[in-house]
Amino acid sequence: MVLTRDEVLHLAKLCRIDLQPEEVEKFALQLSSILEYVGKLREVDVDVAQEAVANITGLENVLREDEPHGCTPEERERIVAQFPMRQGDLLKTRGVFSE
Amino acid sequence: MDYLTITDIADGLRRRLFSAEEVTRGHLSRIAERDADLGCYLHVMADDALATAKRVDAAIARGEDLEPLAGVPLAVKDVILVAGHPATAGSKMLERYQATYDATAVVKLKAQDAVLLGKTNCDEFAMGSSNENSAYKPVRNPWDHGRVPGGSSGGSAAAVAADLCVAALGSDTGGSIRQPAGFCGVVGLKPTYGSVSRSGLIAMASSFDVIGPFARTVADARTMFEAIRGRDPRDATSSDRSTLNSQLSTLNSLKVGIPKEYFASGIDPDVERAVREAIRVIEGLGCSVREVSLPHTTYGLAVYYVLMPSEVSANLARFDGMRYGASLAREEPNAPLQRAYHETRAHGFGPEPRRRIMLGTYALSKGYADQYYKRALAVRQRIKHDFETAFREVDVLVTPTSPTPAWPFGAMGDDPLSMYLADVFTVSANVAGIPGLSLPCGLVERETISPPRSEGEREGVQSLTPRLPVGLQLMGRWFDEESLFTLGEAYEQATTWHKEHPPR
Repeated sequence: MVLTRDEVLHLAKLCRIDLQPEEVEKFALQLSSILEYVGKLREVDVDVAQEAVANITGLENVLREDEPHGCTPEERERIVAQFPMRQGDLLKTRGVFSE
Repeated sequence: MDYLTITDIADGLRRRLFSAEEVTRGHLSRIAERDADLGCYLHVMADDALATAKRVDAAIARGEDLEPLAGVPLAVKDVILVAGHPATAGSKMLERYQATYDATAVVKLKAQDAVLLGKTNCDEFAMGSSNENSAYKPVRNPWDHGRVPGGSSGGSAAAVAADLCVAALGSDTGGSIRQPAGFCGVVGLKPTYGSVSRSGLIAMASSFDVIGPFARTVADARTMFEAIRGRDPRDATSSDRSTLNSQLSTLNSLKVGIPKEYFASGIDPDVERAVREAIRVIEGLGCSVREVSLPHTTYGLAVYYVLMPSEVSANLARFDGMRYGASLAREEPNAPLQRAYHETRAHGFGPEPRRRIMLGTYALSKGYADQYYKRALAVRQRIKHDFETAFREVDVLVTPTSPTPAWPFGAMGDDPLSMYLADVFTVSANVAGIPGLSLPCGLVERETISPPRSEGEREGVQSLTPRLPVGLQLMGRWFDEESLFTLGEAYEQATTWHKEHPPR
């Protein structure tokens, strides 16, 4: 198996997703089988350093002026209405550091 | 007034054969009658739909000119934002989310006074090939209620097939428009990457995602594409390059390529028979047909299942319960930050999104990024190059859309990989960025599977009109949707598959 239980638990932590204990084994198996399948890419004779290019459109440096565009009052209202925690119109979250 | 096309409605409204309100009410009634069985819609927008229809009727009464889509009832996949209405992406993570703005494609439909009937069901965050991953309910294939409609845009495909809308928007990242179009016997277009703005599309994999139309005819698909395409300042990858006029003067000059790797093995014999017959029809139209090779075809799925989850892991990081959507903070405002992240995401995301986020995180992580992510990027360029080479010899490639017709619910079991393999013929177009059109080319006989009536009851097998659609896939050069439309329309004129409809 490509992934161990511990590796899956570590991965879940990186993803900020809790896993139930019974899920860990199942995900380890499924992820391992998928990783084995995609491992077939090793068969291709590529020079990764040279040929790994992220761009598929051929577009380069699509820029615009750095001008702020606000949103409409309706959009703003809808956005604020959905804050899970708020203080007035301000978004509120838990602090990064505990006391 | 059944199975009206965009062309029928445009004609009927102008000649005052019926009103826009009547057409909209007709569709809303059919939704009310049939959708409880099918599950196509997650949210119906009756009030807005009727308001738009009445506006169109008022314009007609004033003798005004109408846009091509005026008064035409459409559906929108629930990963595409319509302001003020829910956008769940088929997930519990966005169960109470209300879209704050319109997707650019939706802005363009509204500008033509198209009637938006509602938001359609889909696999969660567009991840799936059967709509079984919807966190809400499955969608039933209108041709056989015991079978899947395909995915991830299953709701849109089934709604068009069952006359619950005239046409619809979906999104296609690895086949999510074309495959369900094939399974449901309708036309589905994945446009060239970048030809339709992705602003307002809930992002899955940003270098693969494309919004595209479902319709019942190629002409309707063209009308929809023309309405939604174009460069958008909100999407830096968008472009105006899709040409409206084909470079082909006649079909005699069209060169068709059959990629041999798409016929190697693993295709259902009935599907292959239907597709080969379609190729004979195409030859009969005067096109020259030859075999070509796309040597890296076998790596398409592997490239996709490394790069797509990698992009997913970045795009779904925003669902953290801080600004919108499901949030632990609503029940436990004092929960520490990390627990809020971990639990919100564990409860909001179903198994498939969690699987793909983890896969992508792994493929991008230190020590693995070179062998997975970067290697996949390199092979992606090889696949793109395969198509560039083929398109020097031919104009359009013809393949089956899927190796099999629609399968019964649960047939893929608990093995995600078998589901992934179903996309083998569609993924390469997303990997390379080229356009792909699926259109109906046959009906194959299978046993009708009846859905379980109650828990514990075994599925029954009946033998009423067991016919399942087969999709033919056309792929073309970047920004050459027009050649696909030209060939597709000629094929439609020579056949009647697009006139077949599922049983009531």
